[in-house]
Amino acid sequence: MLRRTFLGLLGAGGISAVLGKAAHAAGNKHFEGYPGSFGVLFDATRCIGCRRCEAGCNKVNNLPPPPEPFDDLSVLNTKRRTHAWTYTVVNRYDNIPGAKGPVFRKNQCQHCLEPACASACFVKAFTKTPQGGVIWDGSVCVGCRYCMIACPFDIPTFEYDQVLAPRIMKCTLCNPQITSGQLTVPGCVGACPVEALVYGKRSDLINIARSRISAFPNLYLNHIYGEHEMGGTNWLYVSGVPFRNIGMREDLGVTPAPELTSGALAAVPLVAGLWPVLLLGIYAVNKRKDQVADQEKQEAVARAIARAQAEAKDTLDKALAKADENTKKAIEREVKKALEEAAKAPAEEEGE
Amino acid sequence: MSAEVTTGKKTLITPFNVVVGIILFLGLIVTYLRFTKGLAGVTNLSDNNPWGLWISFDLLCGVALAAGGYTTSAACYVFGLKRYHTAVRPAILTAFLGYSLVVLALHYDVGRPWRLPYPFFVQSGPTSVLFEVGLCVFLYLITLFIEWVPAALEWLGIKKPRDVIIRMTLALTIFGVVLSTMHQSSLGALYLIAPSKLHPLWYSAYLPIFFFVSSIAAGLSMVIFEGTLSHHYLHDKMDATYRSEHDGVVLGFAKAAAVVLMGYFCIKIVGLALDNNWSYLFTGYGAWYLLEILGFVLLPAILYAIGVRERKLNLIKWTSVLTVLGIVLNRFNVSLVAFNWQLAPVDRYFPSWMEIALSLFIVTVGLLIFRFISTYMPIFYEEEKFREHASVELHEHPVKPHPQTFGH
Repeated sequence: MLRRTFLGLLGAGGISAVLGKAAHAAGNKHFEGYPGSFGVLFDATRCIGCRRCEAGCNKVNNLPPPPEPFDDLSVLNTKRRTHAWTYTVVNRYDNIPGAKGPVFRKNQCQHCLEPACASACFVKAFTKTPQGGVIWDGSVCVGCRYCMIACPFDIPTFEYDQVLAPRIMKCTLCNPQITSGQLTVPGCVGACPVEALVYGKRSDLINIARSRISAFPNLYLNHIYGEHEMGGTNWLYVSGVPFRNIGMREDLGVTPAPELTSGALAAVPLVAGLWPVLLLGIYAVNKRKDQVADQEKQEAVARAIARAQAEAKDTLDKALAKADENTKKAIEREVKKALEEAAKAPAEEEGE
Repeated sequence: MSAEVTTGKKTLITPFNVVVGIILFLGLIVTYLRFTKGLAGVTNLSDNNPWGLWISFDLLCGVALAAGGYTTSAACYVFGLKRYHTAVRPAILTAFLGYSLVVLALHYDVGRPWRLPYPFFVQSGPTSVLFEVGLCVFLYLITLFIEWVPAALEWLGIKKPRDVIIRMTLALTIFGVVLSTMHQSSLGALYLIAPSKLHPLWYSAYLPIFFFVSSIAAGLSMVIFEGTLSHHYLHDKMDATYRSEHDGVVLGFAKAAAVVLMGYFCIKIVGLALDNNWSYLFTGYGAWYLLEILGFVLLPAILYAIGVRERKLNLIKWTSVLTVLGIVLNRFNVSLVAFNWQLAPVDRYFPSWMEIALSLFIVTVGLLIFRFISTYMPIFYEEEKFREHASVELHEHPVKPHPQTFGH
């Protein structure tokens, strides 16, 4: 949709037809995730807010010990988000209409099928692994924090207090530990005492979620959060209360993040290709216009000079003719005068 | 308008020097703290607000306000408006310094500044809008450097390489316009990926176009604004051609800015209509949005038009200030005010005094370098020796009166 509106602006159906292929992320191809990738299903009707998942995560990821111990449930009185020292947090939501008591929700990286962070990273520091987890590579990260701007779930965090090597910190779905065989399920899932968390293949988790919803339609809302949100995520949620009441955005839409920028990026080669042509064209037209103007000026000048010369010649000729005439008249006058004088002279002589 | 009296000042303790001294001192302290205590030591940045003042002002505003470089050189060399020739060098110098300072500021903002070349030399992420921004800024900075170098070479009296570069003027100009089109728009496109975080009144699929078009208005207005300042403080560095062309540049650029701002206003309304965001206009953010597009886009468009029609240079100069403030307001709105608008007030960001001090420090450093270069190098005047060569290739000048023979 967005890409289409952007391209619509470019003003030509032909252009979008050409670009349709280049920006295939937005075309009719739809990436449905790596087949067989793993994820976690969180069931908000089961979570009791014990924070053992937080403790399990802290342990397997060697994160620093928190100021308050994990069995101190008073921290649930304030809403928390992920930080560099905690990959996952559980929040408590009270006074939800229709709910009998508080509802808890665990938050961590959703492991998008097409992650915003990976799409936004200008050094490709993020990898969507075929196993499902989105992992970050510290050897290339510049620390620009655009991934944090891009993430619709506000998940990546930054070590602001580190001077030399601040890292982006986020849940990895325990990808390193599981691929190396240290763990079989993520730390949080292993620590959950009430099976509010299930680790498994994403396709299986969707089936489990559907069967729970259909088995207990009064207990669950008929929606699996993460099945389609932002193009789908490997982390899935089912809940008995609206997701907005447990701190989850319901306005994210189903467009994968990379599609949001693919239209603008597709315009880049277009600008690179067309702008020089247009600008050189404008330059050439201006230059030609100047040349023509110059030429016309010269011609006009030449014409003006010719006309002036012709006029001058005309005036000169007239003047010469007039002068000739005057001279003739003067000569005639002189001759006449001389003759008269000559005629006068003998008479005077005779008179003497 | 008359020449500032700059002679006879023997004391260093002038108000200007004192203010500059304080800013430089604070800037150095913040620099020290930034590189010993990390970003947490000097900024109010958080996991919710990863980008603060240094991105909003130093990067977004810095790049937009340095747009005078490509607009002026395109007007002169591509669109054939040769009477703007004297405005090109100051604009190129401003742009070059502007972009250099943007890159300098980024060294403070990113976590591992020595890795800034990584996207180009170690591992590229071409799906990222930021990659495009980085690549274009990187290439454009080199382009601007090459465009600026002739001034330095003329100052040093080196002729050969200077003539080679002058011959590449058209190619450099076109390259600069292409790169500027890309990264000016891409700075807006950076926010396309976060529709859930940016207020709908500012989020639009047209964001890249908005940023690009408004950068043209910003560039034109900055040339007018800076020209006014330079006229005031660097008058004695200007030759007769610069002075005689100055009013023409102001009028011409004001005319262009009026049209561009009007077009910008129209596409902003189109964006509003396309996403059917009218209902948001009646909220607090709506009032703020209206202030931006009526008070800082439509109003300056009209004032510029009146200024050109009535030939009121002072009105035009004040309008350029209004426009520049409007661009700054827009960039702040997109990146700070309307960004993360759904967060609780307690989680919102406001810059620390140290962030503000560092931004002032960067601007001050830029001003000082600008003053140094335009004092010693041929920026507002043409070097006698290079004069006839300078006007051969792309721009032919009427015979220039010698500075001393031209009364002003």
